[in-house]
Amino acid sequence: MTATTVRVPAPRSPRGSTRTNAELYGWIFMRASGALLLVLIFTHLFVNLLMGGGVKAIDFGFVAGKWASPVWQVWDLVMLWLAMIHGTNGMRTIINDYATKAATRITLKSVTYLAFVVIVVLGTLVIFTFDPCPPGADVALLPSFCTA
Amino acid sequence: MPEAPAGTLYRGREGMWTWLAHRVTGFAIFFFLLVHVLDTSLVRISPESYNAVIGTYKNPIMGIGEAGLVAAIVYHALNGVRIMLIDFWSKGVKHQKTMFWIVLAVFVVLMAGFLPVHLSHVFGEG
Repeated sequence: MTATTVRVPAPRSPRGSTRTNAELYGWIFMRASGALLLVLIFTHLFVNLLMGGGVKAIDFGFVAGKWASPVWQVWDLVMLWLAMIHGTNGMRTIINDYATKAATRITLKSVTYLAFVVIVVLGTLVIFTFDPCPPGADVALLPSFCTA
Repeated sequence: MPEAPAGTLYRGREGMWTWLAHRVTGFAIFFFLLVHVLDTSLVRISPESYNAVIGTYKNPIMGIGEAGLVAAIVYHALNGVRIMLIDFWSKGVKHQKTMFWIVLAVFVVLMAGFLPVHLSHVFGEG
């Protein structure tokens, strides 16, 4: 078996002139956010699925009870942002790897980035505009502190 | 006859399959995350609508799906630690196969702790 060498004329720099460290920062972000997400999400799963009644105990009152505390508001906010950036960057990597046509790549990434904006904006608004005791709601469905 | 390259990190065997599983679990978790933010957002509509949708998470089929989701998250998290050790620990590449088996062992221990509690919630009364 003989090895064939393809001769590429110099200079062998990649197409395009935008040479930044963006990919390096993305690489670092995946590791830093991953470490934080491990703590944030394992705790989230432990509190919501293992403590108390688990998934069967989750209802409006449970969510309202948690978000009555600024700790859980910030917890969920940081988790939302980090997980969405981490996940969107992961999707970008997958799209770049498998979508060989430029038009397909642009379309798939546009849809992914649109989903990112919609979900992050929606989730952030929900956390900060949430009313644990909405007026006119059935008191039986609300957390106990609403009756006072 | 040239020999096939040996000892590469991501070509064949444990290194490649852990990489593939990391990619597949990450892909799946991303789509659950989109849905999970949407269902949680129903708390802004009304207690009734949130309770109705979260109620679907409590049936046995969804309960098994949640077990699969947690398994995907636990694997992705533990293999993520392995990736960080490969990248940042000077002996990480050398021990990547051993670390895969450690990931698998810790995965089994954590799931053995999680599954009985979760499944008793899903299949138990109350």
